[in-house]
Amino acid sequence: MDKKTEYQLDMADYTEDAPEHEKIRDLGDLSDIEKKLLHMAGIDASSRERLGSFLQKDNSVVHCSSGSDGAEILSTSAALEKYDGLKKYWWKAVEKTRDEYTSRVDSHRPEGYFIRSFKGANVRYPLQACLYMSEDRLAQDVHNIVVAEEGSTLNIISGCATGPEVRSGLHVGITEYYVEKGATLIFTMVHNWAEDMAVRPRSAAVVEDGATFISNYICLKPAKDLQMYPTAVLEGKDSVATFNSILMAAPGSRMDVGSRVILRGEGARGDILSRAVSTGGQIIARGHLLGETPGIKAHLECQGLILADKGLIHAIPELEARTEDLEMSHEAAVGKIDQAEIEYLMARGLSEEEATSLIVKGFLSLDIPGLPEDLRKELDEMVEKTGNAM
Amino acid sequence: MTVSDIEEKTSLFVIDDLHVEVAGREVLKGVSLQIGEGEIHAFFGPNGSGKTTLLNSIMGFGNYRITGGKIYFRGKDITHLPVNERATLGMGISFQRPPTIKGVKLRHLVEISSKVSGEDIDRTAAMLNVEEFLDRDINDGLSGGEIKRAELLQLIMQSPSIVFLDEPESGVDLENISLIGSAINTLLGRKPEPENGMTLKEKRARRKAAIVITHTGHILEYLEADRGHVLIDGKIICHATPGDILHTVRARGYGECQRCLCEGGIDNG
Repeated sequence: MDKKTEYQLDMADYTEDAPEHEKIRDLGDLSDIEKKLLHMAGIDASSRERLGSFLQKDNSVVHCSSGSDGAEILSTSAALEKYDGLKKYWWKAVEKTRDEYTSRVDSHRPEGYFIRSFKGANVRYPLQACLYMSEDRLAQDVHNIVVAEEGSTLNIISGCATGPEVRSGLHVGITEYYVEKGATLIFTMVHNWAEDMAVRPRSAAVVEDGATFISNYICLKPAKDLQMYPTAVLEGKDSVATFNSILMAAPGSRMDVGSRVILRGEGARGDILSRAVSTGGQIIARGHLLGETPGIKAHLECQGLILADKGLIHAIPELEARTEDLEMSHEAAVGKIDQAEIEYLMARGLSEEEATSLIVKGFLSLDIPGLPEDLRKELDEMVEKTGNAM
Repeated sequence: MTVSDIEEKTSLFVIDDLHVEVAGREVLKGVSLQIGEGEIHAFFGPNGSGKTTLLNSIMGFGNYRITGGKIYFRGKDITHLPVNERATLGMGISFQRPPTIKGVKLRHLVEISSKVSGEDIDRTAAMLNVEEFLDRDINDGLSGGEIKRAELLQLIMQSPSIVFLDEPESGVDLENISLIGSAINTLLGRKPEPENGMTLKEKRARRKAAIVITHTGHILEYLEADRGHVLIDGKIICHATPGDILHTVRARGYGECQRCLCEGGIDNG
């Protein structure tokens, strides 16, 4: 199949226009329904467990606040103005001519967020950024920049969600991450889309000397057409990148999700871990390790579980070595639940449904660093619900 | 009322002329057995005689197709009951080669299956020397002996009325075999307790029944089995005291059982 036509979207299906939304003082001012939708994308409207918040509704930035001395959150437009066009970061990690979606964002100059932790600051408590779509058939574009300055630690929860009236829409999100010397960035993205959404994130990270980039991606809700392949470029000496992904594809969902690590700096290390469950949808789980320097180490692990006859999981792990004397490995396993596991649990008194649900829960329980307790609980509940629904 | 009628009624567990196929081949060819409350029955037999099949089919596992006969638990026909309902009624099994279940902690499963939590689990785990496995994925990276102990932990907490143990001594090093033996006695309510004024009747009431498969008989040095049976080629060919069977098999091998069978057997069970 030709990849280009396979993922081509008809832009006539979407509208660019959305009403301007008024600013809100507090995320607590959102309606209860909206709070709940955001909650399922990891966003805590009470902001109790978060240090700062950003909320973009359709194309309007409606809330932006930082409760930390160590970090700032701005809308992209405000940051471009304040920092003279963000020359150091603007389209430096992601190539603006990469595909039709990057070109589209480049020509639209949309909103989005700019989050930065200051040099040496320790912002372990998460900041949250939410991209929310309330209008049906809207095409939402965003361009985000995230910078963890030298020696700082930054933890971000990024949630994407659609409103109760939304059935379809398009979300195109560019995110450029810069993890500077000795810094650590933990970025957790949770998607809670309407069923007929098309989603095209395009993101890349540049990781400097001694810096660590941890990307967690969680999508347990159906998405008709999701395609992304974020890349971490380990430029620096002893730089580290880890991608953790948890995907669940319900019938009608199609998720083509990969992660790529380019290991360029001396002593660089990369890990890609994914867990994919199909309850009837399609998942293409990609991974690509590209080793350019002797001595680097990287591992790719992809595991898939198919719970329905019509489901499809296609694991495509790629290892590309461009020099000698490096260590890259991968393991991939795709299959259905082992009957022996179900019977084992049944012998302890669990019903077949309870046993299946527990196994799926266990399968999806990647030990993800940096998640606040409330989000961890929420994820457990979501997995439990999905498990029970089978 | 005849003696055998009374036995039927007081029997905890009855197998009546059980025939079982595995992958299209008949492995059990008419097995009958009665187990009373608190009785321990030891099963002997050469490899491939159907011992493991017997345990797996009475527990109701999917690859074991019952083609004839009945199984009763406390008078209830359970021949075609799902595995979990058997467990809930009070049947428990220790697995020889249990699967690893990724992402599920042993402690979590014990909590679900026993409906107890916290200290009780920790105390029993300490006795079995498996504390370090409680917060690990179930059976992940465990050695043969460690698996045995983790299985016993689950069973002790589950507290079934009848337990099926498949070669509890296999893969266990000498150092740990008495630990396993002592844990099985705890599981079966036979642990020698300090005198605490319990009557014999009360002590008996605490006892759990068991079928113990043993290849070597080692475990019987730690465990007092009440009855013994020899299974060969899918049939019980001999009922005797466990000691007699062990002695005979050790001295002359299972060939002697077959020879003995030809002469009518030593059926005193």
